[in-house]
Amino acid sequence: MNTKNKRKDIVEKTMQGVFFTLGMVTIIAVVTISAYLVLNGLPAIREIGFFEFLFGQVWRSTGTDPSFGILPFILTSFYGMIGAIIIGVPIGLMTAIFLAKIANPRIAAVVNTAVELLAGIPSVVYGFVGMIVLVPFIQQIALHFFGIPSGANLLSAILVLSVMILPSIISVSRTALVAVPRDYEEASFALGATKMETIFKVSVPSARSGITAGVVLGVGRAIGEAMAVMMVAGNVSNMPELFRPVTFLTTAITRELSYASGLQRQALFSIGLVLFCFIMLINIILNFALKRGHKG
Amino acid sequence: MNIISANKLSLHYGDFQALRDIDLDVPAREITALIGPSGCGKSTFLRTLNRMNDLIPGVKITGEITYHGEDIYAPQVDVTALRKSIGMVFQKPNPFPMSIYDNISYGPKLHASLSKSELNDLVERSLHGAALWDEVKDRLKKSALSLSGGQQQRLCIARALSVSPDVLLMDEPTSALDPASTMKIEELMGQLKQDYTVIIVTHNMQQAARISDKTAFFLTGDLVESGQTDQIFTLPRDKRTEDYITGRFG
Ligand SMILES: Nc1ncnc2c1ncn2[C@@H]1O[C@H](COP(=O)(O)OP(=O)(O)OP(=O)(O)O)[C@@H](O)[C@H]1O
Ligand SMILES: [Mg+2]
Repeated sequence: MNTKNKRKDIVEKTMQGVFFTLGMVTIIAVVTISAYLVLNGLPAIREIGFFEFLFGQVWRSTGTDPSFGILPFILTSFYGMIGAIIIGVPIGLMTAIFLAKIANPRIAAVVNTAVELLAGIPSVVYGFVGMIVLVPFIQQIALHFFGIPSGANLLSAILVLSVMILPSIISVSRTALVAVPRDYEEASFALGATKMETIFKVSVPSARSGITAGVVLGVGRAIGEAMAVMMVAGNVSNMPELFRPVTFLTTAITRELSYASGLQRQALFSIGLVLFCFIMLINIILNFALKRGHKG
Repeated sequence: MNIISANKLSLHYGDFQALRDIDLDVPAREITALIGPSGCGKSTFLRTLNRMNDLIPGVKITGEITYHGEDIYAPQVDVTALRKSIGMVFQKPNPFPMSIYDNISYGPKLHASLSKSELNDLVERSLHGAALWDEVKDRLKKSALSLSGGQQQRLCIARALSVSPDVLLMDEPTSALDPASTMKIEELMGQLKQDYTVIIVTHNMQQAARISDKTAFFLTGDLVESGQTDQIFTLPRDKRTEDYITGRFG
């Protein structure tokens, strides 16, 4: 009896230790990455100058008179994100509502499978399809309406990103909507609300924090995406315009990293640091903006 | 005068028959109590009256329910209008996760566009109607979920009153509450019947005897007996009713 208890005790303690250690691994990873980024990102910023680096409009990393201004990348990433939110969030949210509240189970199952497949597609495939299907199509439009002969531009990147963020928005929002207590919806119906009134005035607000989580997850993916964007955005260091080839913060790093050296290489690390801060900031802002007015 | 009448009402959940040939008249401006053992179909019956069962897939209803003489299952009936006139309070208090004020103004805003001051009046009147105003008047903007269970249930009653219904359906409204809150709600129902017709499901025999004018006894989907509450409790016609109210089974 006594020895049995002791053994249980040891197992208990050991398991606690194991869980604690595993929890620490995550923290260590975060701290290491942050420290590494800061240490490697700061030297170039110091050398180039904080303002020149963040607000300089010209990026010319090679050549005799280099210039390291990343404002075009920052703005491109920002516009790209906003564009993906404007297109992706309504589509994603409506799909989630459809799946959770409207579709009959058989149709919902089919759409759900499609969403899961979408989530499983590697980004290089998104980029590939974007390159082969979307870019020529956008090129036609650009040429026809604006006389610009390029299809690899900000608009193409936004469209690809919008589709890429759909799965996380849909599946997380759907889960949140399904979890809304039936009681709330019944109370609404019993007051004479229609189905749509109930969905938009009761179910969606009740699922708000889950929907926020989905949007944050999706937006995180959009900002961090490099591969697909690289294949459809044109990769010229222009200030962003819808029909211009552009470079994102992510693609600014990937397109040069393989051959960069010296200050150029260090500047790429600095872009990494900026991207890191950018994502943090967006996360905080989104969480704040979407959850405000929903204090329990 | 009868405001609601069920005639030969039967209801199936898929293959399972939950109600069998129910005939029941509900007099206006009185309290009608539905009693019976668990699973006998009280809630099911109550929910046919405001067509809440429409929301459950596989439900089949035959027979007729009239409200002011009109069949509520007729094809041309506007279900939202019906549910507005026949309000419902649920067994478990279910305020929306919003402020107290928004809980009450939710219903009225669905049906009319009201000015700020009209809404304020309505919120105050509804909360007065549910004897809750004094307790919450200083914290209308606070979340309804911060209220006690008894207050939440009265909030739900106030919410039901906010759309000026004609009939109130209450499914065991006090089963989750302590005796003091129960007392408050019972007193409240005494006042409500001045203006509303109330149909209440209850497992509490004393409650049914105390507050109701008419009582209907259900057993496994059948309506065994209905009549004036005094008569049912003193001189039940059916042996099974007697057994139930004296606590011999159920
Ligand atoms: N959605 C449903 N689907 C299938 N069967 C149901 C459904 N709701 C209720 N039933 C069945 O119908 C019968 C009557 O249920 P109902 O909820 O009306 O009982 P009740 O008298 O209200 O019981 P209680 O006093 O426990 O609330 C029960 O046998 C129950 O299992
Ligand atoms: Mg019930």
